[in-house]
Amino acid sequence: MGKKLLLEHDHVPGINSYSVYREKGGYASVEKALKTMTPESLVEEVKKSGLRGRGGAGFPTGLKWSFLAKPPGVERYLVCNADESEPGTFKDRYLMERIPHLLVEGMITSSFALGAKSSYIYIRGEYFYVAKILEKAIEEAYANGWLGKNILGTDFSHDCYVQIGAGAYICGEETALLESLEGKRGNPRIKPPFPAVAGLWGCPTVVNNVETIAAVVPIVNQGGEAYAQIGIGKSTGTKLISASGHINKPGVYELELGLPVEEFIYSEAYCGGIRGGRKLKAVVAGGSSVPILPAELILKTAKGEPRLMSYESLGDGGFITGTMLGSGGFIVMDDTTSIVKNLYTFSRFYHHESCGQCSPCREGTGWMEKILHKILDGHGTLADVDLLWDIQSKIEGKTICPLGEAAAWPVAAAIRHFRSEFEDYVKNPGNIQDVKHYYRLNNLQPA
Amino acid sequence: MAANKKIEFSEETLALCHKLIKRYPEGKHKSALIPILHLAQAEFDGWLSPEVMEYVASILKIQAIEAFEVASFYSMFNLKPVGKCHLEICRTSSCWLMGAEDVVRHLEKRLGIKEGETTPDGMFTIKTVECLGSCGTAPMMQVGADYYENLTLEKVDQLLDRMKASGKRKSYTDVAETRPL
Amino acid sequence: MPKVTIDGHTIEVPEGTTILNAARMIGGEIVPPAMCYYSKLKTSGGYCRTCIVEVSKGSEKDPRPMPKPVASCRTTVMDGMEVKNLTSPALLEARAGVVEFLLINHPLDCPICDQAGECHLQDLGYEHGKAKTRYEFPRRTFEKIDIGNYIKLHMTRCILCYRCVKVAEQLTDGRVHGVINRGEVSEISTYIQNAIKNDFSGNMIDVCPVGALTDKTFRFKSRVWFTKPVDAHRDCKKCSGKVRLWEKGEEVLRVTARKDTYGEVVDWICNDCRFEKKKIGDWIIEGPAKIDRHSVISANHYESLNQLKLAVARQRNKGGKKPALGEGALNPNNI
Repeated sequence: MGKKLLLEHDHVPGINSYSVYREKGGYASVEKALKTMTPESLVEEVKKSGLRGRGGAGFPTGLKWSFLAKPPGVERYLVCNADESEPGTFKDRYLMERIPHLLVEGMITSSFALGAKSSYIYIRGEYFYVAKILEKAIEEAYANGWLGKNILGTDFSHDCYVQIGAGAYICGEETALLESLEGKRGNPRIKPPFPAVAGLWGCPTVVNNVETIAAVVPIVNQGGEAYAQIGIGKSTGTKLISASGHINKPGVYELELGLPVEEFIYSEAYCGGIRGGRKLKAVVAGGSSVPILPAELILKTAKGEPRLMSYESLGDGGFITGTMLGSGGFIVMDDTTSIVKNLYTFSRFYHHESCGQCSPCREGTGWMEKILHKILDGHGTLADVDLLWDIQSKIEGKTICPLGEAAAWPVAAAIRHFRSEFEDYVKNPGNIQDVKHYYRLNNLQPA
Repeated sequence: MAANKKIEFSEETLALCHKLIKRYPEGKHKSALIPILHLAQAEFDGWLSPEVMEYVASILKIQAIEAFEVASFYSMFNLKPVGKCHLEICRTSSCWLMGAEDVVRHLEKRLGIKEGETTPDGMFTIKTVECLGSCGTAPMMQVGADYYENLTLEKVDQLLDRMKASGKRKSYTDVAETRPL
Repeated sequence: MPKVTIDGHTIEVPEGTTILNAARMIGGEIVPPAMCYYSKLKTSGGYCRTCIVEVSKGSEKDPRPMPKPVASCRTTVMDGMEVKNLTSPALLEARAGVVEFLLINHPLDCPICDQAGECHLQDLGYEHGKAKTRYEFPRRTFEKIDIGNYIKLHMTRCILCYRCVKVAEQLTDGRVHGVINRGEVSEISTYIQNAIKNDFSGNMIDVCPVGALTDKTFRFKSRVWFTKPVDAHRDCKKCSGKVRLWEKGEEVLRVTARKDTYGEVVDWICNDCRFEKKKIGDWIIEGPAKIDRHSVISANHYESLNQLKLAVARQRNKGGKKPALGEGALNPNNI
């Protein structure tokens, strides 16, 4: 197994408690930052580390931090995005549940870098029990002097709170999250202004994913340059991957960026191969929004090079033959899977989660779901497949927030790579029973 | 809820509300709306009636419509009564791949109700929901604060029996069962 | 002052001007349509996406084109920016897509809708829509709601532009209506059917781009193009008292605020002026209003009709036979 920076101690009994966490070297980054560094030098270290946002967009974290406006006399905030709702993604929940202090430590260290006196961890409502775990960790941090006034006897004071959501995927979009945190409907804001200028309550705000904030801890501890040595090219460090679907060992894995996809799927150290020794059919590599790839394109790029778990390699070939690392929600499908039905569950998801603010997403997501339902019901036509394609192209890039793209890309990719399967549903409606199709199409025998 | 019952938080909850409000800067108390709606739903029989929303709005000194707008946006708030055990089964991709539909069919058969309905005794409501972040332990369902993962039909039966025997309402806010790590 | 070029027309505008407002300063055909933006309502715009334009050059400093179409109502002009609206076929195709989205759940009940003739969605449909819909599923419907004595909310027609909510927020105190639910089933609703009691609530009708909010005192009385717009005023303690009367014969069928070329209210008016003053004698008449909005109503049918009547009368006075349509003075091209 590769290097572990975040989950090094995830199986140590009691690591969720302050005492064990501290024994294992916890809160060292706060000590180091407050006693030996300035906020500027800390931002510099994060820049050097090459850390990219782990929530999905992959924007360089140091750069994002350096955009934070610092008008005198105005509060600044750090908000942690723990709304994790992208289908296929459950790494943040794992991290917060197992090692809550790692996030709390990251919040304190990052807030010091940003000059934030208060920070909020916005966690999705369904993770209520995780919020309780975090609250307990925060209490322990206060009790041991890591939070509150004049931390470690310095000028730096900080308060950290957990804010609970109530069930809305869209609140993972940073401005919708801020709206929700302000006690409003989770409607994404129209940008500009960006949160770095006017975020929470109109104040400059940085919103970072749980894993991003946690990664600040090892970056501070070992230095940005050392962190940048890990990984491959511009994909530095380690990444938590949530592996699910038809694999032998689903779960959360920390891997060094650059690991070959094939190794990740088939090695005993990770997914352990396909369930029941079946054939790999397709993978959604970075959460439901990223394009699905058929087996041949996820294992190797169009150029025939081995595909690696990194931002660049997964993105190789653009959307024609590539995909994205996204949030690292790795959904594996074996040869019994109906791509059309899987796409339907995605489209139903985006329809359900559209906030309804802008017209292409509000109307288009529902339309796509209805057409897919029609096809699954055996009433589809070839024109419906083209219509689906046309609708997704008219949503993409026309919406206020990226949910439009998130809803459009899976549809485009499924049709791009599995058009024959859609056509089979349309041409042979009598055979529709989830899996029958694929068998017939590929001359396979059902298990 | 009995019509004549006065809608008022217990002293303990009210104190919690005021503690929550203090988390935010002066004048930004509306931020406490979602946490307080959660408390209200837990305290007032698992759903938010217009009267309850009005009460929450009055605590925060906001218009009732503001509470209504927010409560109706988020899927965890019930604007109609639900059973004591709200069985929320994830239906998105990974859970579907691993057999969530079988779980729903089984529940429907066992409880004699359809998805979206409540049993006549008011004990169970079946609802399918979108991804709950439990894809690696699919299929799963959430009941109150608890996640039940790697479900099998036998496990589902045992859970139903246990819930029925206890007869208690399960709400999001009581994190009762500690999860083994 | 930054300079911006829109479809080849260059204009210098004050710092902070949006592309849409710059286009309105140039005027004419190149102005993008707007269904949710309303210059008189703060924070309006950005939702409907009909005003999208292509930015082919970001600015003099950073000439890169913007990767996606932008909402012209919420995007600020940069010096040297070049914008394509009518000159970009791809953009027009994208806008047609937005119009299609707005129409798939719209009931298309124009024949029985009071807004027909002055409806912005109707205009948009004519300009960008297709004759046939590709949507074959049941359209969403809602029950009609009375909000107070004067306003009917017909949610089925709503396109969720949020203008009425912003009127409630910015013109009235104690907002009782807003947007509830989420996504496709979002709707404008009053809080548990609370009536809107406020002197300025009637302005919601004027800002509604479609027939979702209509004046109950005018419902089904006449097609708008058969009524004659006349500007009038009265001394009003609550508002400017400057209104537009919509007359049919001697009767005042409707009172609205005066609107500009883009269909936007010039001065907000109060409910007294709008709903209670329906007699000619209540008003000091200023004269007929010419509607030069880009819309069906601007065909100014009532004028044509008046001239038609006059022409018939002239012919009769001459003792001649009643001319057939298309003949002499009755040729529609002559009047």
